[in-house]
Amino acid sequence: MAEPIDWDWIDRNLDEIGALTQQHAEIVGISIAIAVGIAIPIGILVRRGGLPYVLASQTGTILYTIPSLAMFAILVPIVGIGRTPAVIGLVAYAMLILIENTVVGLQSVPRSVKDAARGMGMTSWQILYRVELPMALPSIITGIRLATVSTVGIATIAVLIGAGGLGVLIFNDGIQRGLFLTPIVVGAVIATAMALVLDGMLALTERGLSRWKRAGA
Amino acid sequence: MVVLPGNANRGHVRHDAGRLELQGVTKRYPGSDRPAVDDLSLIVEAGQVCVLVGPSGCGKTTALRMINRLIEPSAGDILLDGESTRNRNAASLRREIGYVIQQVGLLPHQTIAKNVATVPRLVGWRRGETKARVAEMLELVGLDPAEYANRYPAQLSGGQQQRVGLARALASDPPLMLMDEPFSAVDPITRERLQNDFLRLHRTVPKTVVFVSHDIDEAVKMADRIAVMRDGRLVQYARPAELLASPADDFVADFVGADRALKGLSLTRIEEIELDDAPLVEAGAPSSDVLDRIASGLLVPVDGDLLVTVEGRPRAWMSVERVTDGDEVPRGPVGSPGPIVDRLATLRDALSALLDANARTGAVVDAEGRCVGLVSVDHIQGSWNAQSESAMAPHG
Ligand SMILES: Nc1ncnc2c1ncn2[C@@H]1O[C@H](COP(=O)(O)OP(=O)(O)O)[C@@H](O)[C@H]1O
Ligand SMILES: [Mg+2]
Repeated sequence: MAEPIDWDWIDRNLDEIGALTQQHAEIVGISIAIAVGIAIPIGILVRRGGLPYVLASQTGTILYTIPSLAMFAILVPIVGIGRTPAVIGLVAYAMLILIENTVVGLQSVPRSVKDAARGMGMTSWQILYRVELPMALPSIITGIRLATVSTVGIATIAVLIGAGGLGVLIFNDGIQRGLFLTPIVVGAVIATAMALVLDGMLALTERGLSRWKRAGA
Repeated sequence: MVVLPGNANRGHVRHDAGRLELQGVTKRYPGSDRPAVDDLSLIVEAGQVCVLVGPSGCGKTTALRMINRLIEPSAGDILLDGESTRNRNAASLRREIGYVIQQVGLLPHQTIAKNVATVPRLVGWRRGETKARVAEMLELVGLDPAEYANRYPAQLSGGQQQRVGLARALASDPPLMLMDEPFSAVDPITRERLQNDFLRLHRTVPKTVVFVSHDIDEAVKMADRIAVMRDGRLVQYARPAELLASPADDFVADFVGADRALKGLSLTRIEEIELDDAPLVEAGAPSSDVLDRIASGLLVPVDGDLLVTVEGRPRAWMSVERVTDGDEVPRGPVGSPGPIVDRLATLRDALSALLDANARTGAVVDAEGRCVGLVSVDHIQGSWNAQSESAMAPHG
């Protein structure tokens, strides 16, 4: 083998690489969307701390520490193979970071700000969506960034339960064919690039939403 | 009915200030053996400023927060314009009561304009109406809307933030304002300025105000009526002068302090005493005029000095020789204008300004900063003597 990278292989498989990249992005997108949809309401419910918060946080930690191979292996007998167990597993992994960042963001709202809001006649709901959530948003988005980056990585393992994605390049085309390097490198490079691009987009969103924090600094 | 300035063409009619009545109001916090507020009864007439004073922990904040039902009373009733607040929806009641706190509590993620618009938006004012109102309120508290409307709270000083807090509380034109130590987190100079501006504002917009303070000087300066509290109970409710002249008991006497006569200086505002004419010369005026006016006795220099003004605002004390050195009064006067005293400052404020500056006289200015006369230590002493004599006299 003269060159470590087989450019011909890449050229011949461009269509498949494109399709797998899209599949990967879909798995990540769906997982993060569902995780955010579950974690933010939980974060809101447990924002005052105490036992509910401890329970939510501990559950998130337990889910987070299950090894990913074991997590997917456990899910298969329950929900079968394919995208479903992959998404469930990825959602579970994202919970801890998203709940913690939501709670931290909501708890960072000064007591005096909430007091003034209530004193002006805002209802609890109005305080939540006009004051607490907007002020917590930068922290929540930081959580989404972290969760997204790690989900892009973990999702490559989901190939083992038939979910497809960039893992197909790394495992099926690379490792299982006697460590054929080219697809492994291609899969890794695309996954890294995907993580960086998503992270950058979310970072920009976060900047846009937290102008008030930098004002006056 | 009175129409707010600037509102006439929109036909926005001001609420009449409300009459507030507390009837035997008591608050027992769970797990506490003695009530934080104990059988508190008092009446604040419409348009009056009532200051609640007392040592820390005596129940001032608790009493205040029961008025807008941030805290629910354990017993007793609170009437606003004769109507019990118990039967009201708490949130909608609060929208009709301005609320200002020491920490201000501006929404940091919203611009100043949006902050001021909070209650109008909650009660559903139209956009254009709200926008005009925000500008009007910012002007009322001395902040230029063009400069400040689109800033964030973090871009303002503490004093400016509290001005916004005031504008926000006034925006929906509430008949009653609750203010919990609103000026105690700022430096003394800013505090005095905020107090004076608040008094000025209260003349334009005479709301009923309940104002919490731990500072007897502030209470004497701001109040129509002072309510002194101790351990949750009202120990004296009186006009400032009465309180200083005849404290109800040793506790009040102690709280007022041994220097009651000196405190009496806070009862009188500069605008209430006769001022000396200031030897004012406007920058750019012809020197010949200045000399003519001195010759004819219209202009009397103080210790050989004249006060050069720019658009009526004091700029610098300068000797007659230097003022009339050229053809006209210098347009770039150099020197100090000396101590500047607001017309609404108390004699006590003025005295400390003069002593701080080590000066015998100070320029008195109006709301626009234009000089309206001179006040001197002798003046203050004169009116102090007059006042102490009348304070000694029995009440009639
Ligand atoms: N939420 C609360 N729970 C229990 N006790 C309280 C609470 N708020 C205030 N207190 C107590 O009630 C008393 C009066 O407090 P407060 O009204 O804040 O006094 P002030 O404003 O005059 O300093 C104090 O003894 C304080 O410790
Ligand atoms: Mg207090």
